[in-house]
Amino acid sequence: MSRQPYVRPVSTTTWYMRNGRYKVYMLRELTSFLVVFYSLLTIYALSALAGSPERWNALIASQQTTGMMIFHALALLYFLFFQTFPWFKLAPKAMPVRLGEKMLPGSYIIIGHYVAWVVISLFIFWLAGVF
Amino acid sequence: MSNRTRTLELEIMRYDPEKDKEPWFQSYTVPCLEDWVILDAINYVKENLDTTLAYRWSCHMMVCGSCGMMVNGEPALTCKTFIRELPDKVRIEPLENFPIERDLVVVLDDVVQKLHKVQPYIIRKDPPPAEDKEYIQSRGELAIFKQLTMCINCMCCYAACPQYALDNSFIGPAALALAHRYNRDNRDQGKSDRLNILADHDGVWECSFVGACSEVCPKHVDPAAAIQQMKVDGAMEFWKQKMGIVGDKS
Repeated sequence: MSRQPYVRPVSTTTWYMRNGRYKVYMLRELTSFLVVFYSLLTIYALSALAGSPERWNALIASQQTTGMMIFHALALLYFLFFQTFPWFKLAPKAMPVRLGEKMLPGSYIIIGHYVAWVVISLFIFWLAGVF
Repeated sequence: MSNRTRTLELEIMRYDPEKDKEPWFQSYTVPCLEDWVILDAINYVKENLDTTLAYRWSCHMMVCGSCGMMVNGEPALTCKTFIRELPDKVRIEPLENFPIERDLVVVLDDVVQKLHKVQPYIIRKDPPPAEDKEYIQSRGELAIFKQLTMCINCMCCYAACPQYALDNSFIGPAALALAHRYNRDNRDQGKSDRLNILADHDGVWECSFVGACSEVCPKHVDPAAAIQQMKVDGAMEFWKQKMGIVGDKS
């Protein structure tokens, strides 16, 4: 009896089509394009800020067109559903906390993240002069 | 026990290394009881329809970890997968990401080697406690890693892992979870011995946190969580060394 194990081929380009779980993962990874976009935008904004009031005002105006406002709103939603919510949900897994003989329930850690998120957001709004 | 019967069409992947160039599917019509698991249906095939079918199983109670297979594309223990939860047509394949030895039997040599590689045993630097004394461990210290001890090496996590599928030099979920189990054990002092393997190219950083391993784990071991914790530990250790802070003895 000869051994001839059969190795099933795996596509290096379409492996993520194998199941829904992989597709969701790829949608999460796609947010990296938005991260690149916002990184470049921030760098450009800093250069405009250091440059002249005209350049800065032109940048702000360019971001306040209807098209860009819709884009930013969609990007925010995309980040919320594929980064913020999933990562907050996973936080207790990466950072379990032990309290004496027991582990702190994961829900406490998740709620802590949401509270921190709201507090930091309010602080940034306050800094930006929204209130 | 329910006596209601249901007819199931099982499509089973077959591969005979002496006859077949590649695997193919064979269909069997199986009269099942409603409360059967898939393994019962496969056993029915073996006993009544086709004695040539090769597959692994032993305990039929989620302990031995032998009967992991792809059930309709999902890695699962066939002794835990009830037919009442499945459609009338079920496709059974050997665990993905492993070479097929014959029919539903896969070659597991690679992961067995990896399990050895992470040194899954208590390593002591200090001498053991004096004679007739025990290593002391509180309930809290046990709680930190207890879930990781539940692994039965069924390897469903490897079948779910796309990283392992693309590059099987990755140490992979079960072996990394096992390493973490010992790293988190207060009786162990071998963390630094394991660090080279875990922080290496094929270690924890190969994991891109798809999380599929934890979702398919029949024992809720959560290897994905273990790997993320190891990343945190590894990064902390890196900065401690950078800043000249001596880490713990282990």
